[in-house]
Amino acid sequence: MIAFSSPIVDYHALAPELVLAAGLCLVLLVDLFVPDHRRWITGTISGFVLLGALLPIVTLAVWGDDVRDAIGGPGISGRYVVDNFALVLKALFLLAGYVVVLLSTHEMDEKSGYQGEYYVLLLSSVLGMVMMASSRDLISVFVALEFLSIPAYMMAAWKKRDRKSNEAGVKYYLLGVFASAVMLYGMSLLYGIAGSTQLTEIGKAVTLDGDKVGIQVLGVVFVIVGFAFKVSAVPFHTWAPDTYEGAPTPVTAFLSVASKAAGFVGLMIMVYLAFPLARDVYRPFMWVLAALTMTIGNLVALKQKNLVRMLAYSSVSQGGFILMALAMAYTNGSEESSLRAVIVYLIIYAATNLGAFAVIIAVARRTRSAEIASYGGLFTYAPGLTVMMTIFLASLAGIPPLGGWYAKFGAFRAAVDAGGGWGYSIAIIGAANAVVATAYYITVMREMWMKPVPENADTSSVKVPASLQAALAICGVATLAFGVVPGIIAKVGAITDLTGAFGG
Amino acid sequence: MLVNNFLLLGALLFCIGVYGVIVRKNAVLVLMSIELILNSVNINLLAFDRLWADSGNNDGNVFALYIIAVAAAEVGVGLAMVLLIFRNRKTISLDDLSEMKG
Repeated sequence: MIAFSSPIVDYHALAPELVLAAGLCLVLLVDLFVPDHRRWITGTISGFVLLGALLPIVTLAVWGDDVRDAIGGPGISGRYVVDNFALVLKALFLLAGYVVVLLSTHEMDEKSGYQGEYYVLLLSSVLGMVMMASSRDLISVFVALEFLSIPAYMMAAWKKRDRKSNEAGVKYYLLGVFASAVMLYGMSLLYGIAGSTQLTEIGKAVTLDGDKVGIQVLGVVFVIVGFAFKVSAVPFHTWAPDTYEGAPTPVTAFLSVASKAAGFVGLMIMVYLAFPLARDVYRPFMWVLAALTMTIGNLVALKQKNLVRMLAYSSVSQGGFILMALAMAYTNGSEESSLRAVIVYLIIYAATNLGAFAVIIAVARRTRSAEIASYGGLFTYAPGLTVMMTIFLASLAGIPPLGGWYAKFGAFRAAVDAGGGWGYSIAIIGAANAVVATAYYITVMREMWMKPVPENADTSSVKVPASLQAALAICGVATLAFGVVPGIIAKVGAITDLTGAFGG
Repeated sequence: MLVNNFLLLGALLFCIGVYGVIVRKNAVLVLMSIELILNSVNINLLAFDRLWADSGNNDGNVFALYIIAVAAAEVGVGLAMVLLIFRNRKTISLDDLSEMKG
């Protein structure tokens, strides 16, 4: 028996979480007391809360130690850690959340109502993601994952009377909960092997050696399957296109960027900390997942007629490139380049994809449609949006002067660094897929620049509300800057170091 | 008692739960099957916690408590969603959820 001693809480390190939690309660209370026509104020407060939570991250980065135990004490230390890896990803989640608030304000104000509740759920989901980046323990990984998922299920089903939105929510919910149940079973086996839920302890115990190999393999595979659902890797992607199409568009942007990034962060933490010696299990498994995800995501995206659905499949296939880098962790000393590649990819992909969704929302305010055909001749009446959309699509395709190419470059470098049969083969599959992907992005560009405007379309110039303009500016600048001066993002990637990984 | 007996019970419940999720077409029955899986996890965790009784931590018990609490929250959301589709469609059969395809 250990005598009870109260844990030592480092409030500076926990400040982002505390600000978010306090802000969440504030939004809930304000929503109670303001009249209906002023409910938009909840959105404004949420934006400030997210930016406010960024402040302690800046102070931690500048003045903090490199590694801090947010909650320390005997038996608790090392389970919830704030290191540079956590800070970079927390900043990413908060900024992505802020852009999603910008995308949501007009949609929510004009259409559905229930604004206060929406922002409360959005903030709690972001809080879960912020927690995920610091978790170094099975229990906190699980709690963070549920914290970010459960609000997201409700947000996907937000349009209560809309049958498609209901369907989106239910599909996401059932598959998400099933996946986390399977993952929990794997986690219980991992705990059984190590006798501790701390990931570094599990990392020492999962050696694929001795008489418990079967249970170790089962544990590793089930955990990866659970996260594969979350990041919509083929063949666990079936919910993604339906959910993305049915959910309100700002929620789709949130799911395809922030929720997916959080899934990858969880997977990274597990692979780097808990499975460093289990390479022979996760490498072939994730190699196959990456190859399938890239290929099938791309092939199905080619024949889509709806732009949101096409971007859904494109986001599935982008996930394949991240898995490609991650699968090569701990192969011939490539762990650091693969860690950096994944982080850089997540950041650039977030900026680009949120920007593409911002354009879709701006155009849909006029055309009320996301069919690719309805984008015909967009250049003639909305030249600014057309240029922005072209930038984002070209970045997703990985065309050089834009951010996307640097992300892809990093992923390929990780695969080539790893080398050997596994590394080179997945790099070749990835290269083929990058070419195929360009085809469907160019189809949309051709529609916007070359095709005539559909008949009976209103061609007066499109008004873009200020909040959407701000979102477009943030994403556009980030996409261009990361591509033209990749040094910025390379620097961010270089300072990230995952505590406890690489045998440190 | 051997820890094996508990692990076998856990594995059996897990298999029944997975079978139920895959085969059942009624949304409420699928939810119940998911609960079975979560409870199989709890049995595993508690059995392993006894196995590691001298490790100086109570991680397994704590984990099981968290799972019970989170599972309650999940089912709350799940039943609300089942209610939502029942109001809009007058059915909770999952086969009828096929408006979007491709």
